[in-house]
Amino acid sequence: MTAETGVGHGHVDYLKVYLALLVLLGVSLAGPLVGLWWLTLVTAFGVAVVKALMVAAYFMHLNIERRWVWYLLLLMLGFMIVLFAGVAPDVLQGEGQHWVKSSGAVPGH
Amino acid sequence: MTHAIEATTPLATRRSASGVPTGRLAVWWLLASEIVIFGGLLASYLMHRLHHPHWADEAGHTNAIAGAFNTFVLLTSSLFAVLGHQAAERGDGRGAARYLVFTIGGGLVFLAVKAWEWTGEIRHGFTIFRDVFWAYYYTTTGLHGLHVVVGLVAMAFVATEARRGRNLHRVELVGIYWHFVDAVWIFLFPLFYIAR
Repeated sequence: MTAETGVGHGHVDYLKVYLALLVLLGVSLAGPLVGLWWLTLVTAFGVAVVKALMVAAYFMHLNIERRWVWYLLLLMLGFMIVLFAGVAPDVLQGEGQHWVKSSGAVPGH
Repeated sequence: MTHAIEATTPLATRRSASGVPTGRLAVWWLLASEIVIFGGLLASYLMHRLHHPHWADEAGHTNAIAGAFNTFVLLTSSLFAVLGHQAAERGDGRGAARYLVFTIGGGLVFLAVKAWEWTGEIRHGFTIFRDVFWAYYYTTTGLHGLHVVVGLVAMAFVATEARRGRNLHRVELVGIYWHFVDAVWIFLFPLFYIAR
């Protein structure tokens, strides 16, 4: 698209992109049908990432958008990873170097 | 093509200091903030899910077929939204409005299926108070549903304008927002319906 008007996307066959997304939706259901957790991880979450990238690139036209818009959106995803990395140890671990999780009980009450 | 859209586009939406038209720039900033909102919620859910393996049993009570159908509906509505954008680029306001109405139809079907799902789950005792899993489920899908409603209202407004050949550039802007709502659901579907 041109920067000024938002037009000029060139030729993208949106129907083909849509059909590819539907095929990927079918693939994402394969893991639970087979019942293997690792297959579910790949087919459901791996495919979700691919599908989201396809929607972003072709439907939202990020493939032809200014590069810094990608960086802006990825920065926000980076904040999500920082949140996860910072909080997950407290949630996932029962004890640390100088602390033990009290499982909700408040001492003295 | 370019002239058709320029003729109906306000100066403020063509003006650009960043290389991106002002209107579209605003939508990208909006979506950046939305990524933080949904990202924070999903990151929080993910870490608790990893800590509570029994949530897999709770997730077994969500309706995967309804979730898959709603994914199909949103993907289809996204196709209509981008076709509407294509029509707007041609200067075809009536065509763009027609595609936006189809997109709105998809959004309404999505909400109807979601309402049906929630009704069934609540009737079976899977309320927001049953378990933290269900608190996350209702909060996240409810927030997403709210975004769908906002998108429908915005699209109805843009479609009305587009039908009269006015503000056709907004078809792209509302479409970008709608695709984002679709992309969020693409992640909610495996997290709440498939991973068991």
